[in-house]
Amino acid sequence: MTINPSPSSNTRTSNWLKMWTKGETWLAYLFILPGLVGFLTFFAIPAVRGLLFSFTNADMVSEAQWIGTQNFENILKDENFWHSLAVTVQYVLLNIPLQTVLAIGLAVLMNRLTQNMLVRGVLVLPWLIPNVVVALLWLWMLDPQLGLINQILTTLGMDRVPFLGNPSSAMASIAGINIWRHVGYTALLLFAGLQTIPKEMYEAAAIDGATEVRTFFAVTLPLLRPVLVFVLITSIIGSFQIFDTIAITTKGGPVDATRVIYWYIYNFGFERFKMGYGSAVAVILFLILGTITIIQLRLSRANTSDLD
Amino acid sequence: MTNASNPAQSRSAGRRFSAGKIVAWGALILMIIITLVPLWWMIRTSLATNREMIADPKSFLPPGFTTLNYSRVMGFLSVEESRALGGSGTAINFFQYLRNSFIVTLAVLAGQLFFSSLSAYAFARLKFPFREKIFFLYLTALMVPGIVTLIPNYILIRSLGWMNTFQAMIAPTFLFSAFAIFFLRQFFLGINHELEEAGKLDGASVFGVFWRVVLPMSGPPLATIAILIFISTWNDYMWPLLVGSKEEVRVLTVALGIFRSQTPQGSPDWSGLMAGAVLGALPGVLMFALMGKRVINSIQFSGYR
Repeated sequence: MTINPSPSSNTRTSNWLKMWTKGETWLAYLFILPGLVGFLTFFAIPAVRGLLFSFTNADMVSEAQWIGTQNFENILKDENFWHSLAVTVQYVLLNIPLQTVLAIGLAVLMNRLTQNMLVRGVLVLPWLIPNVVVALLWLWMLDPQLGLINQILTTLGMDRVPFLGNPSSAMASIAGINIWRHVGYTALLLFAGLQTIPKEMYEAAAIDGATEVRTFFAVTLPLLRPVLVFVLITSIIGSFQIFDTIAITTKGGPVDATRVIYWYIYNFGFERFKMGYGSAVAVILFLILGTITIIQLRLSRANTSDLD
Repeated sequence: MTNASNPAQSRSAGRRFSAGKIVAWGALILMIIITLVPLWWMIRTSLATNREMIADPKSFLPPGFTTLNYSRVMGFLSVEESRALGGSGTAINFFQYLRNSFIVTLAVLAGQLFFSSLSAYAFARLKFPFREKIFFLYLTALMVPGIVTLIPNYILIRSLGWMNTFQAMIAPTFLFSAFAIFFLRQFFLGINHELEEAGKLDGASVFGVFWRVVLPMSGPPLATIAILIFISTWNDYMWPLLVGSKEEVRVLTVALGIFRSQTPQGSPDWSGLMAGAVLGALPGVLMFALMGKRVINSIQFSGYR
């Protein structure tokens, strides 16, 4: 992502004038015009409008009125909002640590054992399949009566578990479903990172008589860090936006146990059409995600590699 | 591992390595099994009738073999026949939803691929005022989560009168993708100028050079982007649910959600649901079967989205 350094402002102005008169400028704008229209219509203007909406009582019925920070005050007073946020954080904590550890393990296994494309392909297969299909598939696998998992449990002499039907296990089950879908994908990204670690580093470690475990902590993990941080940021952000799986399986239940923040926004914005209120929640979520990203980048110095 | 100067150490290291290797292979194979069994279970269930399935819920092979569930969810059987097979009685027309999914996905694919490469080429090769500033703005689009634009885009689609139309599902991703532009620009920057210069000397226009010289040599990166666009558009659920839930334009993911909520609580139509699920999974799996290596490489890039 090298953005060309701008020349000094003096020459820039004259170049700028020259370029306008040249045919290339018009042609270039013709090339980027469709993309620019798409960017402005469906991204830039909506992003600004979303921010403006959050200060109004827009509800698709009456004329929207500017109400200042009223939405934000109401949101912070709404215990359902705090519940949704808590449930979402609970999901992220159930999902990310286990998924990341498994993915690191899997990436190292692939890197050390086999370069076979088929192995990588099979492991990434769940990610190629729509969330909705994965959710349906696991709804069936986890069915209390006929589902395969409970069939196995009863065969082993254990009690049936109402995975998605019980408030205490529903969120863990959703996390498990998403770990199943994403672990191979995450491992593949980390695997790509592992491939960039020079072989000599491992040879050096072997000559020093380092064990596999020690090599992992002394060589692999530090050198993988930039990729790992990047993968963590994107998977945490993705995790906060969990919706599809819940929309298909629990619909926020049982007893609001899986009523995550996206579901909260969906409910206010698209079921009750409180667009202003919903936009305000979206803005808050955006701020939360932005803060998490910045903290992670700071903590991990992601842009520097230990390789240098 | 072969350190001749210290045979004792190398022997013990060798033994530790091979014992560890067996455990490691065991772990990898276990992960593969955990990945594949649920997928097999989906297929297995879709191949038996609900009655056969309930009679023998544990058998690893399909407890019966029929493609009737597929013809049923595709809407090829009458409502009475469907109900006899354990359907809820409401007509399900996955043939149409499958077609709708293809319409939306292929339209987005064609538009995004063409317009993104046009933009990317301009950012890589042409000089114009505000080039860097516009490109930087595009990059911010990569950072902002979709929820921020969801409600305003929904209101926009409504005010355009586009609710429950194909264009509502296609338009937002048809013209612009920050990731595709960013990715293709990187590739175009790496292309040797000489071929393009030769094209210009032959009197080709800038567009002619782009179309006849640059695009033909960009097969691999275009395929990468195409695969990623296909997967993300085909798998999308929330946006089509919001703007295209009506029967005529309903895509497969939305239809599966509705099918799931219509199936009776007490005795869900698992065979039918799994037949529908297999249909939804098919394009992704087929794509992998046909161009496995390309798909894997594409996904490794997708991390930089």
